[in-house]
Amino acid sequence: MIRFENVHKSFGPKRVLRGMTLDVPKGTSMVIIGGSGTGKSVALKCVLGLIKPDSGRILVDGGDAETGDRDAFLARFGMLFQGGALFDSLPVWQNVAFRLLRGALKKPASEAREIAIDKLRRVGLTADVADLYPAELSGGMQKRVGLARAICADPEIIFFDEPTTGLDPIMAGVINELIREIVTEMGATAITITHDMSSVRAIADNVAMLHDGVIKWTGPVGKMDASGDPYLDQFIHGRATGPIEAVR
Amino acid sequence: MSALLSPLGALGRLTLDILAAMGRVAIFAAQTLTHMLRPPFYPREFLNALLQIGWLSLPVVGLTAIFTGGALALQIYAGGARFNAEAVVPQIVAIGMVRELGPVLVGLMIAARVTSSIAAELATMKVTEQIDALVTLSTHPMKYLAVPRVLAALITVPILVGVGDIIGIFGGYVVATQNLGFNAAAYLQNTVDFLEMRDIVSSLVKGCVFGGIAAVMGCYYGMNSGRGAQGVGRATKGSVEAAAVLILAANFLLTGVFFSV
Repeated sequence: MIRFENVHKSFGPKRVLRGMTLDVPKGTSMVIIGGSGTGKSVALKCVLGLIKPDSGRILVDGGDAETGDRDAFLARFGMLFQGGALFDSLPVWQNVAFRLLRGALKKPASEAREIAIDKLRRVGLTADVADLYPAELSGGMQKRVGLARAICADPEIIFFDEPTTGLDPIMAGVINELIREIVTEMGATAITITHDMSSVRAIADNVAMLHDGVIKWTGPVGKMDASGDPYLDQFIHGRATGPIEAVR
Repeated sequence: MSALLSPLGALGRLTLDILAAMGRVAIFAAQTLTHMLRPPFYPREFLNALLQIGWLSLPVVGLTAIFTGGALALQIYAGGARFNAEAVVPQIVAIGMVRELGPVLVGLMIAARVTSSIAAELATMKVTEQIDALVTLSTHPMKYLAVPRVLAALITVPILVGVGDIIGIFGGYVVATQNLGFNAAAYLQNTVDFLEMRDIVSSLVKGCVFGGIAAVMGCYYGMNSGRGAQGVGRATKGSVEAAAVLILAANFLLTGVFFSV
């Protein structure tokens, strides 16, 4: 279980999170939606310690995310970044097996390569790409490699930051399906942040709507369309008018 | 009254900003040094940094030094001729290259080549979230990115300075013996006789300090860059400017430490 308890975060005068409270049950897939700049990525980065909240607590299985052994804590997570965040200087297989080539999970290079190729196959890539560099891959392939890296060490918790941004609708559908399959087969707890409603319907068990730094609505994806929440309704139907002010 | 105080206020704010920036850089440098002593270590990244900073800088260092040594010999000969002191060319080339021009020019070349490269690479990693990705992969960015580069610079730049000194002296030797009519054996003997151990030690110490400055500034600016292409550009420009100024300031201080009477 991941619990956000009244989390606040500001950047200078800009208040991004204003008391975000949310529970993500273990083994479920939560999708956080909301407009650009509403703090979705900030929330994920607060869990991982990439950004320190100004106040409030984030608990992971009851333990405070800010205390304890950092390496052991982070070893439980995998993350797919919006732009892939693949390391340009390393070939694909070393990107995927990054965690297995150093640190506490270090394995012999040949074994790490085998695992990396296996994970690449799992995301629909052949062994041919293992020795290519990220710059030689298309956007969709980079997302798949990022996904393979996120799952390489079999994490308990996986974060997906806008996994379909910049992809064509077919590739976006493929990535959505992959994420859903992987989360289900690994039994992992997943948090995805996205604007893409087709991703929400494909990936989510539960949905949370973040607006003005607080969760406006949360519930099962099946109840999303009949929520009656004006913020959620406006967002999922993409209406320009409603309680969410559209900057023109 | 407020019109009088306004410039003073701006000056005060500027001073505070500069002091704060110096403090942040000092903390960054201290953290990098402490991380050097604590595992995990990344030998592959270190070897790669040795190659990039040391080996691949040799051509530019060598070319800079040989032309500078040659020009120095011509200048000293021409200047010395005004008071019949042409014979001091070997001694002045040696002392000029080893004490000042070798370390300073190599330091500035490293600032241009290595600091800019480190800052641009790390800033790009920052804006593309690769540094965040390192953290999520249980890898400390400072240990993985900064420590190998700074350590490699601390080791290789003094060696580059030593090589630059020798090549610079060789440049002066070639010009003096081929163009100015100096005897080759006498030129070398004068060079060796005139140099002291203190000259060589000061040169290598300067190289070590300048290497540290160049790498730390590249890493600091890169890892603290702003967003987007403009952020990368500013980080690169700022790192080279800061490294060059700090190298020249450190050179002044170190010269004072080694050679003030």
